[in-house]
Amino acid sequence: MTMMRKIALSATSALVLASGAAMAATGAHVEFTDKAFAHEGPFGKFDQMQLQRGLQVFTEICSSCHGLKYVPIRTLADPNGPQLPADQVRAYAAGLDAVPLADGEERAREWTDHFPSRAGDGMGPDLSLMAKARAGFHGPYGTGMSQLFNGMGGPEYIYSILTHFEDNPACAPEGIDGYYYNSAFPNGGVPDSCKDEHGISTVPGSWIAMAPPLMDDMVTYADGTPATLDQLAEDAASFLYWAAEPKLMARKQAGFIAVTFLVVLSALLFLTNKKLWAGVKGKKVTI
Amino acid sequence: MSGIPHDHYEPKTGAEKWLNNRLPIIGLVYDTLMIPTPKNLNWMWIWGIVLAFCLVLQIITGVVLAMHYTPHVDLAFASVEHIMRDVNGGHMLRYLHANGASLFFFAVYLHIFRGLYYGSHKAPREVTWIIGMLIYLCMMGTAFMGYVLPWGQMSFWGATVITGLFGAIPGIGEPIQTWLLGGPAVDNATLNRFFSLHYLLPFVIAALVIVHVWAFHSTGNNNPTGVEVRRGSKEEANRDALPFWPYFVIKDLFALAVVLVVFFAVVGFMPNYLGHPDNYIEANPLATPAHIVPEWYFLPFYAILRAFTADVWVVIAANWLTFGIVDAKFFGVLAMFGAILVMALAPWLDTSSVRSGRYRPMFRWWFALLVIDFVLLMWCGAMPAEEPYATISLIASAYWFAYFLIILPLLGVIEKPTPLPATIEEDFNAHYGVKTHPAE
Ligand code: HEC
Repeated sequence: MTMMRKIALSATSALVLASGAAMAATGAHVEFTDKAFAHEGPFGKFDQMQLQRGLQVFTEICSSCHGLKYVPIRTLADPNGPQLPADQVRAYAAGLDAVPLADGEERAREWTDHFPSRAGDGMGPDLSLMAKARAGFHGPYGTGMSQLFNGMGGPEYIYSILTHFEDNPACAPEGIDGYYYNSAFPNGGVPDSCKDEHGISTVPGSWIAMAPPLMDDMVTYADGTPATLDQLAEDAASFLYWAAEPKLMARKQAGFIAVTFLVVLSALLFLTNKKLWAGVKGKKVTI
Repeated sequence: MSGIPHDHYEPKTGAEKWLNNRLPIIGLVYDTLMIPTPKNLNWMWIWGIVLAFCLVLQIITGVVLAMHYTPHVDLAFASVEHIMRDVNGGHMLRYLHANGASLFFFAVYLHIFRGLYYGSHKAPREVTWIIGMLIYLCMMGTAFMGYVLPWGQMSFWGATVITGLFGAIPGIGEPIQTWLLGGPAVDNATLNRFFSLHYLLPFVIAALVIVHVWAFHSTGNNNPTGVEVRRGSKEEANRDALPFWPYFVIKDLFALAVVLVVFFAVVGFMPNYLGHPDNYIEANPLATPAHIVPEWYFLPFYAILRAFTADVWVVIAANWLTFGIVDAKFFGVLAMFGAILVMALAPWLDTSSVRSGRYRPMFRWWFALLVIDFVLLMWCGAMPAEEPYATISLIASAYWFAYFLIILPLLGVIEKPTPLPATIEEDFNAHYGVKTHPAE
């Protein structure tokens, strides 16, 4: 289904805009905002309240067009995640779309199910892994240096997409219906009038088929956090990063323990080795 | 086992004698562990142990991953997500396995270049070298097929591009490609056979590793001087060599622990850094990614593959001479496999009478260039196929072949090596300022 939708999309966009793939290959440049997320760095942790706010943004806004098909609903209760109480998770699951059973009957979702997937006209791609699948600035798009040194990656990409909707640049023709100019989106089309003689785009970003989904105060946060566009976008991006990498904190912890252990082991082996070889190297055994 | 005289295992108790007469396994382990090893080995001789560790790590993590993975086009991607989310410690297993492959190749490249610099490939260690090259080929096959298993976009398109190379062979190419894929295109049959072979090949590698170790235990290790351990008597040998246990076991374990600090830092804090983000998008036969890039460890050879385009004069010449049978695509394939072949033939292309690059003043510079060339090719392989990368790839590829086919044979003839130390002991003592043995 998603596949069909993509083809339909690119067929329509080909009429209005030059093909997105060709665009991307001719050196699209984009504008990103680096954001200091709580989960960044070797000791960064997910901000539990932020994940809960992000879940709310996703549920109230994004979920009408985007699925999260690889995310099991029960993981909302996981420590190191949004950590909702079990009864809230059950209630949340029951509120999601019903799933058809093999005999055509329907039943409400349970907490062992996954989030629904979305397909069809106007629906966006599944967001389960989007924060990793667009951990851009890497591979063909660069050497990964900004990812390495600034910790820029998928969450920044999602945050940037949500906040970089801008007015059409002057070069754009009238009436690009159904597409919105976004200076952070690399994979969309660009009208020919915004390209130079080599076919290279003269504007940052490209046109995306998603209308700006967020505006100030679209959501009323239970914890009273002011729901500015910036806040909504950051919360959504953070939640989607958790959705893509739910074991982030367990992994960092394992990494930290392993590194500490190995540093100690290295030191002990270094001393053992030194002592062992001292005689051979004609040195006095000092330890 | 080795030609270097040393103590052998003597069964003492009755039980030991009983076993030894039936299966001399303790003697085998003893001789392997106590093998006389040149005492001047430097830190470039540690990559072997890192490689052994990688093989064991990959097999253990791989066997467990296979318990949870489903090799089916509809389920493979989801089963990997299941491993990442639901399997206990599954995310660590998978990240260890994926980054373990990177460590494996990192170590093997240093190991290979170590050999090329110190002349470890030269007589009498040609068989060790050739087996090493076979291990390297098996590693490439295993890694390539393993990368297909998660069934992401790069898995699918990488498999399509690389198996397409076989299609470039004139005449029989297409049937071979179909046979490899199990159908006209990369599909379920491909995924299944790749899974099967990905599980099989590591055990082939393990067997080859045993033969590799057997081979260099028979000839003895090379060392930074390239001068052989004296074999006249046990006493003489003992001045050049030390038993592997405990001297080199402890040294290697220390080095391994240091390497693993970096490895676990990568696994713990940036496990996707070396991977391609597109592989977190499920394979879609209808959407070709804008750039298809192999994993970093294939990039140098990928660059060589792409360097020989139809407008390069050698390609035009080859095309003309073979009446059009060798086109640019096939030429690229030949060049890629040829690049590995010339490396495998290094023992016979290297005509110098001196093993170690330490005593070869001209060789050292050409060798340094080869290392730079390799890194340059790696960089070019990651870049899109356009200028200036195309020209750089072509020059760098040309140097790769020139090094092995022209420079290496010529250097042996024109270069005047500097004086070698008479013995390993002399080199070792000079280095550590050890007072000469009173008996001398
Ligand atoms: C009205 C439907 C709709 C809503 C609501 C919506 N999206 Fe989208 N979204 C889309 C469509 C359609 C696309 C595909 C755009 C394209 O490929 O041109 C998309 C694309 C995206 C992308 C870019 C994916 C890529 O290919 O790089 C991201 C990220 C995204 N959406 C996030 C969100 C988030 C977060 C929300 C909630 C705050 C949201 N969307 C709400 C329809 C929607």
